[in-house]
Amino acid sequence: MTAVLEATGISKSFRGLQALRGVDISVEEGQILGVIGANGAGKTTLFNCITGNFPPTSGTVRLDGADVTGQPAHKLAHRGMVRTFQLMRPFHTMTVLENVEIAAMSRGARGGTARREAGETVERTGLGEWADQLSGSLPAAMQKRLELARALAMRPRVLLLDEVLAGLVPAERAPVLDLLENLRDTEGMTMVFIEHIMAAVRRLSDHVVMMDSGAVLATGSADEVLTDPQVVEAYLGKEASDA
Amino acid sequence: MATSLQNAPETTGSAARRPTLSERQKVAIVTVSVLAVVTAVAALRAGSSTVLVQALVTGVLTGGIYSLVAMGLTLIYGVLHIINFANGALVALAMYLTFVTVDTMGVHPYTALLVVVPAMGVLGALLQTSLLNPVMRAPIQIQLLVTIGLALAIENVLLLVFGPTPRSVQLPGNVGVSILGATVELSRIYAFVGALVLVAILSLVLQRTAIGTSIRAVAANPEGARLVGINTKSIYSVTFALGAMAAGAAGVLVAPFTTIEPTSGAIFNLTAFVVVVLGGMGNIPGALVGGLVVGLTEQLAGLILPDESPLLAVFVVFLIVLFIRPKGVFGRAS
Repeated sequence: MTAVLEATGISKSFRGLQALRGVDISVEEGQILGVIGANGAGKTTLFNCITGNFPPTSGTVRLDGADVTGQPAHKLAHRGMVRTFQLMRPFHTMTVLENVEIAAMSRGARGGTARREAGETVERTGLGEWADQLSGSLPAAMQKRLELARALAMRPRVLLLDEVLAGLVPAERAPVLDLLENLRDTEGMTMVFIEHIMAAVRRLSDHVVMMDSGAVLATGSADEVLTDPQVVEAYLGKEASDA
Repeated sequence: MATSLQNAPETTGSAARRPTLSERQKVAIVTVSVLAVVTAVAALRAGSSTVLVQALVTGVLTGGIYSLVAMGLTLIYGVLHIINFANGALVALAMYLTFVTVDTMGVHPYTALLVVVPAMGVLGALLQTSLLNPVMRAPIQIQLLVTIGLALAIENVLLLVFGPTPRSVQLPGNVGVSILGATVELSRIYAFVGALVLVAILSLVLQRTAIGTSIRAVAANPEGARLVGINTKSIYSVTFALGAMAAGAAGVLVAPFTTIEPTSGAIFNLTAFVVVVLGGMGNIPGALVGGLVVGLTEQLAGLILPDESPLLAVFVVFLIVLFIRPKGVFGRAS
């Protein structure tokens, strides 16, 4: 198996603040990597460095073996590295369908094809009845799905999800988890996801990386990481007992 | 659907709803009734229907010209969120380019559109790429200062090259014609029609083309646009190019009835800004309506308060609108 996405020695400092210290992650074809850690551990900064929001101070990002370090986000999106943000970024002046259509058009699909593909993705993500609504007026849970739908319409090689379940009530989480599982099982979609909800991490992850203070504290299977005494002490203490 | 690039606050929820039809109708009804009342008062003051009709016709035509000049301003604001204070200077530059084209090649002034509009587009793209893209993430005052500096630079280069002597462009066959008893120059009617065509073209580009869709996406959410692989910097450059092309078209169309001086554009700047705010910042058809409202207000106020500057009424209307509907008369409710 070869790594679809491999980030090695990623460091990032912001005016003296060391946000990331030599982080290594890698995810193989068709696998799902969970990234956990307390707030401020550097998870989103890692995503930002990998997906080209800003370049890492040092380290290398490889996509299918090619060095893509520091390439801008829009180029990486075309190469198949597609992400979602924790805070939604819909095109609020456009309908749900148009939002997704833009992603399809950006890939080169035109006119009817783009619209048809967008329609399929909208249905698949359970947004069918919202298709003609303005995206800015959607409830937060549906905006989350839209964020996912737009990412999927890019036909990603690897999908990076930043807290795609955050802000959803348990009843709203289940269908999203089902969808992600379905993507892995039917399409072999490779994913990296940042998540605080441990049940989701256990259910989806093939591997888990636990981050703390900008570095990787533990890595392994979900069971190994979630029962690691260091991890329990650093982060899970409370949540493990809640789970 | 209105071609609006206006940015409602980013959001989770109830923001950014499309205004309902009834809301739009309400705004239209209020605007028309206010104008009707003002027209009635003006009619009483004028005491002659010829004077009133002349004011109305002139108001509509002048309004069209204001819209024309405001078009590039509102487009650039809608996407880049920069108030382009160089818009007037770009219009002046386009007037000089028209003068030079007509003077050296001896062509019909409107033929100059074929030269001036593409040239302004190239210039706009270069300006955005070299001057504004590097400061897109800087605080808004930095961007404003860049555009103000640009305006000064353009005006002074024009002064250096052409000197302070006023220039003019003659439109062959630019006679006065009678509309409902009012007399107007043909060139003003052409400029008005030009404004309508420009609104139609810009709306079509934004709504029906792939590049227009990308522009609307960037206007709505630049980060979301990058996520779907849109190069926001290129889109900014394309948008500034379109804005400069609109200023270019405006320059050519107003050249035949405007005294061409390096600062000729400056007089349009303030009015264009009022038009853009009235129409809803970033709203292209809104700019057309905003222009008409400003043009009519100016002319009718001239009848009602003959001793005051017509701009007084324009700014009173402006303040009232800002107070009641800060998003502009035709802006989206949010």
